[in-house]
Amino acid sequence: MSTLTTLAAETSTSTGEAVQFWILAPLAVLGGLGTLLLRRAVHSALCLAGTMVLLALFYLANGAYFLGVVQIVVYTGAVMMLFLFVLMLVGVSAADSFKETLAGQRWLAAACGLGLGLLLIAGIGQASTGSFTGLAEANGGGNVEGLASLLFTRYVVAFEVTGVLLTIAALGATLLTHRERVERNKTQREQAEERVRSGVQLPPLPAPGVYARHNGVDIPGLLPDGTPSELTVNPTLRGRGQVREVHGQALADLAALEQRTSAYQGRPSPAGPAPRGTALGGAAAPGDGAVSTDAEEARK
Amino acid sequence: MNPQNYLYLAALLFTLGASGVLLRRNAIVVFMCIELMLNAANLALVTFSRMHGNLDGQIMAFFVMVVAAAEVVVGLAIIVMVYRSRHSASVDDASLMKL
Amino acid sequence: MESLIGLLVAAPLLGAAVLLLGGRRLDRAGHWFGLAMAAVSFVLAVALFFDLLDRAGEERTLHQHLFSWVPVADFRADVAFQLDQLSMTFVLLITGVGTLIHLYSVGYMEHDERRRRFFGYLNLFLGAMLLLVLADNYLLLYVGWEGVGLASFLLIGFWQHKPSAATAAKKAFVVNRVGDVGLSIAILLMFTTFGSFAFAEVLPNADSASEGTLTGIGLMLLLAACGKSAQVPLQSWLGDAMEGPTPVSALIHAATMVTAGVYLVVRSGAVFDAAPDAQTVVVVVGAVTLLFGAVVGCAKDDIKKALAGSTMSQIGYMMLAAGLGPIGYVFAIMHLVTHGFFKAGLFLGAGSVMHGMNDEVDMRRYGGLRTYMPVTFVTFGLAYLAIIGFPYLSGFFSKDEIIYAGFSKGGTEGWILGGVMLLGAALTAYYMTRIMLMTFFGEKRWQPDANGHEPHPHESPLTMTVPMMVLAGGAVAAGFVFDAGESFVHWLEPVTGLEHGDSPVSHGQVSIAATAVMVLGVAGAWFQYGRRPVPVVAPTGSLLTRAARRDLLQDDFNHAAFVQTGSYLTRGLVYLDHKLVDGVVNGTAASFGGLSGRLRRIQNGFARSYAVSMFGGAAVLVAVTLLMRAV
Repeated sequence: MSTLTTLAAETSTSTGEAVQFWILAPLAVLGGLGTLLLRRAVHSALCLAGTMVLLALFYLANGAYFLGVVQIVVYTGAVMMLFLFVLMLVGVSAADSFKETLAGQRWLAAACGLGLGLLLIAGIGQASTGSFTGLAEANGGGNVEGLASLLFTRYVVAFEVTGVLLTIAALGATLLTHRERVERNKTQREQAEERVRSGVQLPPLPAPGVYARHNGVDIPGLLPDGTPSELTVNPTLRGRGQVREVHGQALADLAALEQRTSAYQGRPSPAGPAPRGTALGGAAAPGDGAVSTDAEEARK
Repeated sequence: MNPQNYLYLAALLFTLGASGVLLRRNAIVVFMCIELMLNAANLALVTFSRMHGNLDGQIMAFFVMVVAAAEVVVGLAIIVMVYRSRHSASVDDASLMKL
Repeated sequence: MESLIGLLVAAPLLGAAVLLLGGRRLDRAGHWFGLAMAAVSFVLAVALFFDLLDRAGEERTLHQHLFSWVPVADFRADVAFQLDQLSMTFVLLITGVGTLIHLYSVGYMEHDERRRRFFGYLNLFLGAMLLLVLADNYLLLYVGWEGVGLASFLLIGFWQHKPSAATAAKKAFVVNRVGDVGLSIAILLMFTTFGSFAFAEVLPNADSASEGTLTGIGLMLLLAACGKSAQVPLQSWLGDAMEGPTPVSALIHAATMVTAGVYLVVRSGAVFDAAPDAQTVVVVVGAVTLLFGAVVGCAKDDIKKALAGSTMSQIGYMMLAAGLGPIGYVFAIMHLVTHGFFKAGLFLGAGSVMHGMNDEVDMRRYGGLRTYMPVTFVTFGLAYLAIIGFPYLSGFFSKDEIIYAGFSKGGTEGWILGGVMLLGAALTAYYMTRIMLMTFFGEKRWQPDANGHEPHPHESPLTMTVPMMVLAGGAVAAGFVFDAGESFVHWLEPVTGLEHGDSPVSHGQVSIAATAVMVLGVAGAWFQYGRRPVPVVAPTGSLLTRAARRDLLQDDFNHAAFVQTGSYLTRGLVYLDHKLVDGVVNGTAASFGGLSGRLRRIQNGFARSYAVSMFGGAAVLVAVTLLMRAV
């Protein structure tokens, strides 16, 4: 600490500080560039955090010990964490598109930025004095004590006002993100009624394949009249074109098989399509079939 | 070395932050660029403090930090709100003021 | 007796108010009421006349001050009447002829469902006309002047369902406005010059004003007189005014209202006497109109329009005489009165003929009516003889006096004026004989009217024939009465003054010459229309005939000179308005609109765009600050 105080008290900087500056300043600029140019917001945030740490070092080098510590604690610690937190909330993975949507915006921005930078640098260059006072005297009683004596005497009103400002900001943030519930919670009964009224399929969907004597999930179940029900097959399979058709030839094969089975077992042969009807009807509750058709018609 | 170099650095960082505000569309990054500008200003203030030999500049930088903290709190809350309602954090999406 | 003057004016005005405001319940008896009011007026006039006769010549002026109309500091406008010999003459003529024509209208308008209104208008006219001639100042005269203009407008357009009548009424109104502007300017000039409107203050002091002012006043008065009396160049309305009912033509457009201009000139004689240039213009206007009207009268086939041309011409005589100054004032008024008799008689006769001929006005479709309408024929014939100046009838005396006065002007002017008037007399004889022959003689040329009704000419009822007989009697006798002992001259002399010019010819020579040209005119007409059958369809005729049929191109001239010019001016102004005024306004609006449209693009709603502007502005501020420091 005392070394730093001594350094700051000098009227020209030490070689060590110059070395430190020339190493860290490019890094800080790189950090700034990274903030500006990296596509992912998280990377930008990390770059900014790095720059802030470097800036904290510069503060320390300039004799602002309190500020240096605050910079690290408040900015790098709190503010940047808040940024990252919000980034997580918003979606960390999304990369920004760099395609400019506003006509001429990029050129105008470059011109403004360059112009402003050049002007600032020119202004600083013009105002250069070549010598500086240093903080040895001001920091004589300790940096924190010096700041405190100023803060609680000359700047006490501003300090109080900033306190109020912080309170208001906290309140405001709470208010902004808070959602007032304007109606009471729905009861279970109300939720159920609402669901019935909305017209979605309430009972489980009919199982695939069962009525067609196949258990495969890729075979649609058949309705009492022999047509396949779309409800019975997963839409994903239909979308992929992996549904197997069972009507037509398949039905005829089925009927022949049934007849052969009957003949083999010596049972009287059912004539026409009726046996299939009974077979199907026996297995499926009539209500289910009706529900399916209704649902299908509703979908159409 | 003259501490003026810190000022040049501050100007450079400020310009970078300004360009970021103008160029980036992600509101959060825009906010970060604003923070960068504030920090550049703080660096300048601290340097001034050193050059003039009194602590007033540091006091100013302190106040800037406090205000920046408040601003970040409110600003991020707004971003969160906007994101909730629009599912986007792009500043270009909120362009209802045009024709 | 003075209080009777107000009553005289009030009676017809009361009649007008009652008839026009009374509503339908007066429909049945309203016309008798109107007639009664006119008759009351006439009786009062006669009473006043005898009162005047009882007085000595210089004291025959009565005044009645009713009330102060607009008393403001030095400005005084009074409602006050002045009855002197000149007014009295007019009052007798107006109320007498007016009453007769009211009576005539009872018969003539019998089948018109708006008869009550007609009588209301007639009474309004009588009241306004009496106001005009009885006023003791120019402002009140102006009120009467506008009143008769209004009545004339209402009566010309009485059959307003006919577009021609409505148009004619509008035309009369508009042309009269031109003259009225002259009168109002004259009155304003008088006020600025003399500080008063009253005859008693303006006329005796006329000499005190500069001659230029007096010439200006005189010319403006003449303009007014031209408008009201249908003198060139404002004569175009009179022919069209014949669209009104015939009694109106007889009363307003022959006997009384159109002579108001002559009254104005004679009344303002002091002004004209002091402004010889204005007087010369009056004479020229009179002479030109005299020939103009006569030529038009020779060419028209419409009996009323021919008579209208004649009216114009006869008023030209009066105007000429009035322009001669004290030599002619008396004779102007004398001719005015005799003209009132015979011209009213002629119009009433024409009305009677039309009444019998299904309202046909084309003389080429008359012919041979003398046996069907004997009373009309005789009264019309007497009036005819009077107007052409048949010896010892009224026209003979009055017209010869005017011609003699014209010669009395002296020098070349006298010869020119006398010659013009003799030519006019010949033309008068010609066109009147033409009317007479085409209407009452020759073979029947009757045509069925538009509805296919064959005309059945018949004599008119007593209400119509009695006024005609009275007027014919007046036309015959008036000359005698006026000439006997120069009674009329002595009667009027105190008001108008009288001078005897230096005539190169004698009175007797003028009479012989006038009679000779009259015979010539009659003979010419007889050779053209008496010996040969009159074609039913008018022959094309010479260029002059065709021009005269078109009122000597007066309307065409007006159209070309005023209407066209006006419309070109209007079009030009409209063009200027559209291109220049609107151009500037629209151009400003459009340029601002375009500019806004471009500036609008800057406001694209993108926060980043605004941020660029902000940073740009900040950069400019920094630059300016640095520059200021550097400087």
